[in-house]
Order: sequence, then structure tokens, then C-alpha cells
Amino acid sequence: MPELLSAPLVVEFPFTRSLGPVQSAFLTGLRERTVLGVRTEDGRVLVPPVEYDPVTAEEIRDLVEVGSCGTVTTWAWNPAPRRGQPLSEPFAWVLVRLDGADTSLLHALDAPGPEAVRTGMRVRVRWAGERTGAITDIACFEPYDGEPEVHGTEHDGQFDDAVTGIVAPARLDYVYSPGRAQTAHIAALADHRTVGERCPSCHKVYVPPRGACPTCGVATTDRVEVGPRGTVTTYCIVNIKAKNLDIEVPYVYAHIALDGADLALHGRIAGMPYDQVRMGLRVEPVWKPGGRHPDHYRPTGEPDADYDTYKELL
Amino acid sequence: MTHDVAIVAFAQTDHRRRSDDLSEVEMLMPVLHEVLAHTGLKTGDIGFTCSGSSDYLAGRAFSFTMALDGVGAWPPISESHVEMDGAWALYEAWVKILTGEADTALVYSYGKSSPGQVRDVLTRQLDPYYLAPLWPDSVALAALQAQALIDAGSVDEPELAAVAARNRDDARTNPHAQLSGSVPQGEYIVQPLRAGDCSPIGDGAAAVILAAGDRARDLCERPAWIRGMDHRIEAHSLGVRDLTDSPSTRLAAQRAGVFERPVDTAELHAPFSSQEVVLRRALDLDDSVRVNPSGGALAANPVMATGLVRLGEAAARIHRGESDRALAHATSGPCLQQNLVAVLEGEDRA
Ligand SMILES: [Zn+2]
Repeated sequence: MPELLSAPLVVEFPFTRSLGPVQSAFLTGLRERTVLGVRTEDGRVLVPPVEYDPVTAEEIRDLVEVGSCGTVTTWAWNPAPRRGQPLSEPFAWVLVRLDGADTSLLHALDAPGPEAVRTGMRVRVRWAGERTGAITDIACFEPYDGEPEVHGTEHDGQFDDAVTGIVAPARLDYVYSPGRAQTAHIAALADHRTVGERCPSCHKVYVPPRGACPTCGVATTDRVEVGPRGTVTTYCIVNIKAKNLDIEVPYVYAHIALDGADLALHGRIAGMPYDQVRMGLRVEPVWKPGGRHPDHYRPTGEPDADYDTYKELL
Repeated sequence: MTHDVAIVAFAQTDHRRRSDDLSEVEMLMPVLHEVLAHTGLKTGDIGFTCSGSSDYLAGRAFSFTMALDGVGAWPPISESHVEMDGAWALYEAWVKILTGEADTALVYSYGKSSPGQVRDVLTRQLDPYYLAPLWPDSVALAALQAQALIDAGSVDEPELAAVAARNRDDARTNPHAQLSGSVPQGEYIVQPLRAGDCSPIGDGAAAVILAAGDRARDLCERPAWIRGMDHRIEAHSLGVRDLTDSPSTRLAAQRAGVFERPVDTAELHAPFSSQEVVLRRALDLDDSVRVNPSGGALAANPVMATGLVRLGEAAARIHRGESDRALAHATSGPCLQQNLVAVLEGEDRA
């Protein structure tokens, strides 16, 4: 058993989202240092605002300006901030009910330590220096013992150059381990060998192996070397160049059943005119120095395989 | 017509901090084989298969399709998947049997938290406009709830520690548990929650088999009949909710029939000690009820399978004759946002 493989895997995505009228007004308001809530039919003011009443599901649109000061309704001291969180020094997570609001907003509170934080304490918004129309336009809250102001005035929600969408970037870091079966397969590729696994029940050889026979639902255990030669079972001609791919179009992408395998794998066919690739063509892998997989497959020059020898693998 | 549906078999992995040597399907397959072996059924005998998992845990798209290899999906089977805890897959399977479209079902779920940072991963289920950009992690949100409970006078930190200690003490008789026995409360992860108040991070899988009517009696000596099941959700904005209460749990319990007669056992899906306090109050559980004899989520938390394990553990207790009427609860989302409650009963023994 080769040593278990693992590698960093980063998943990153910038979710681009459109905003409805209420969210647009709220986030644009933050950019202009104005906090807006929305009034429900029974007169409660929700901050942050939503477009539908969480109790009645009625559409709600009546915007209200609330204060930038408020009261902590609950808190939690975060001694070790994580990536992406509002402050990099230890801080308190807080739910804050802003003056004039009936519900609480989640954010961070900049405080020297947990002993400086309590439920019921007064806080105010610290605005971010550069504001774009996002919840992070509130940099954090800070302790504040000034007088409460009266709020709750109607607001038309109109601002110049309203924010209508946000980009919410996300990044998650993983360490990927492919497991026993795929580790053995990848390790063998390093020696330019292709290794599959045989199902102990139906005796099919799977390559690349995933550890289980999808037909029988049992572990595939017997390791079997397959190839290196194989047969094209089906193919397509690619006419559009993919981003960052250094291959001239058109080229042929094919399913290739390696000799001894009961499942076709994917590969590019080169070393012959693209329009002469055909089902049944006999091919062999071509490795490039340092390559982790065959770079492509080329014709062996053998006579084509008989259809009956690969029809089950289509 | 209505069908009586029961959980007739349950299997789970030993839950471990990491399982780098196993792909998801390799981790899952022994559990599938074990649960089938309990009943003597083969894949081809199963009327409906439903699974629960999440691509975000391992960072792989459509990972449940790979896990299907472990089921043996050829010849074609009737199959479905929920991107949720397997408890909700069980709910779907239960409905499928109630409609009469199947008389047996295989339900499984799995989660590998070890490849990523589960605290970060779970932030991606939050509201993307107001919450997710701040990356409030799962412990932080639970800590806000715990502080709200403390402020309300419902619990204090030593009582939270006692909840954690009792669960892990009970886990000593659970060979699958990841954490059992005396576990130090440790430092604050996010105050007021210490390490001991939080469920362990780990990998694992679980599976159950459901069957209807006489089929259940054929497959299991003492089936765990599902007398009722319901699931409810609360407003997604945390600041709209009273975090010290769980009205969705109470309503689901009421609709599932929990309050009609006392239960003797409750398997509660509480990934944090403070959440057990909320759930006990919502469900009116007093000290006569055996809560989490398995050790609960504080002993093993294979995310996406933890709720299904609660249903399985409650059922297994009925199978063994240790319970006659058990409650099983599963949760999803921050601060007990979504809650599923089921009532399981064994028939009177001669
Ligand atoms: Zn097989």
C-alpha cells in the first residue's frame, strides 16, 4: 500500500446576487451611513429588513430610518478570530437592537475584553472607511454611552446610485485525500502504469477505481494492471478552445477502453488527423516528462478492434 | 389507506476524527452492508433508497452520486437525495412508504468533516446578504444562544458542563462514540462555550431500513413503529427569534404526537450542551426521561448523519427492548433553526 496521498484543495466562488427593493435600500443606506428597517403590518420594525413578514409572509415595503446606536441583546466573546470575520483582534459577537428597531442585527463589537461586554450595554456603529453597499460597511460596533436618540421616521428608501447587487466572495480550504483505491491508482500512474480494481462479485475491472463496484455495491479489492493499449469506444470533436487550455482546436476527446478494463476512461487522441479518429481505433498512451497522466493517446497502427470486443463498454 | 411504518434496522460507523484512508463511499459501504445484513435484504429487495449529505463538507460537487456506488445501483433503483441531514432523507422515505409506492426503504447519510474547517463550512448555509459576509461560525452562533440562556437565568456554565459530562459518561457504553468518559471542559472556544460544550469534529456514516406493516414484523423481532413525525422551521434571521426557546421543536413534537403519552427515551440532536437545555424545555422533558443514552451529538457528530443516528439510536433501543416509546429529534441550521421530531414505539411484549 503506497503512502496515503493528500493535497490542498481550495474552493473559491464569488456569488453574484441581485437585491430586492428592501435589501437594496438597506445596503445603499449603509453606504450613506443611514440604517433602514422595515415596518410590519402590526407595527414592528425589523432590522435588518426583509421583504416578507416572517410571521404573516405578507410583502412589506414600508421603510423606516432607525438609529446607529443600540442595545446589546446577547453576546459571545470570540478569543480567536477566523479568516473573514470583521475584526482580526479578539472581539465580541453581538446581537444589537438599534434604537427604533424591534429586532436585532448580528455584528462584531470592538471591546478590550469579555469583562467590558454585557447584555444591555449601549453601543454604536463604527462605519467602515470605504463603503460599497454591503453589511461590511458597518466595520463593527463600539461601546457608546451617549444619550439615545429618537428614531422611527419614515424613509422613502431613495438614494442616488442605488446598490442593486452584491458580490459575496467565499473561500473554503480543504485537504483532499482520495482514499485507498484512488491513492493506489495515482501512485501507479507515477510509474506510467495504469492500475484498476476488480469486483470480487461480478469480476469487472474498474479504472480509475473508486473503491466500490457500482453494480454490486461491494468493495473492489483485487488490483489489476490494465493497458497500456486500448480501444476508442466513442469520441467527440472539440471545436471551442477552453480557457487556459494550450491545445489547438479541433481536437478529439474519446472514451478509451484499456485492454483488460471493463470501463472506458477519458483521453485526448492526437498523432493523427482529427477527422480520421473512429470507433474501434487502437491507441496507446503518450507521456510527457513530469506528466501525472498520459498527455494523450496516439494510434498504435494495429488493425481496428472488432465491434463485438468493445460494444459492452460503450 | 395508511401504512404502519417502522425502523427495522440501524447501523453506524465508528465515528473518528479523521478517515483519510477512506473515500466517502469506502467509509459508507460497510454500514450499508451491515444494515442490510440485519434484515437479510439485498439492494434489489429495497423499494426506495434515500440519502443525505452535503458537498460543502468535503468540497466535492455531486459527491452523493459517488456514494451511490456503495449501494449497487444497477439494475436501476428508485433513489433520491437530500442535501441535508439523513433524518430528512428518512422523512422522505417515510412519506414514500405512506403513499404506498414502496414497502421497504434504505436511508443512509454520511459526512466527512475532516477535510475542511467545519466551522467555516457551516457559515455558507447562512443568509448570504447580512450574515455570511461576516463569517460567523457555528460555535459563535451557538455561543450567542448560550449567553441568551444564561442571561435569562435558564442555565449557568457549571450546569452546561454537567450536561456535557452526562452525555459523555453515557457514551462509555457506545462503542461507536468518538468522545466518551471524562473529557475536560477546556478553554473557551467562543465564550460562554468551552471545548467540552461543543460536539467533536469527525467523520462517520449511518444507515437505517424502514419497512411497512407485516413486512416490518418479518424483518425485525420488535420493530420501532413510527407513530408520528413532523419537521418545522423558524425565521432565518437570528435577531427575529427568541434564541432561548424552540417553538419549531415544540410544534413538530405536538404534530408528531409526542405530548399524547409520556416517552421513556429521548435522543436529542444537540451539538452544543446549551442546545440540550433549549430542547428539553421545548419538549417538556423531565428527569424521568432518559435523554441521549448514546451520548448524543456531544459524543459523536458526523455532520449530516448525526440526526439520522438519533433516529437509529432511539429505534435500536426499542429493538433491544430497552424502550417502549421513544422520541427522536434532529436539527439543522444555526441555533436550532430547523427541527424534526419523531415518535417511535415498540409493541407490547408478551
Ligand atoms: Zn461487481
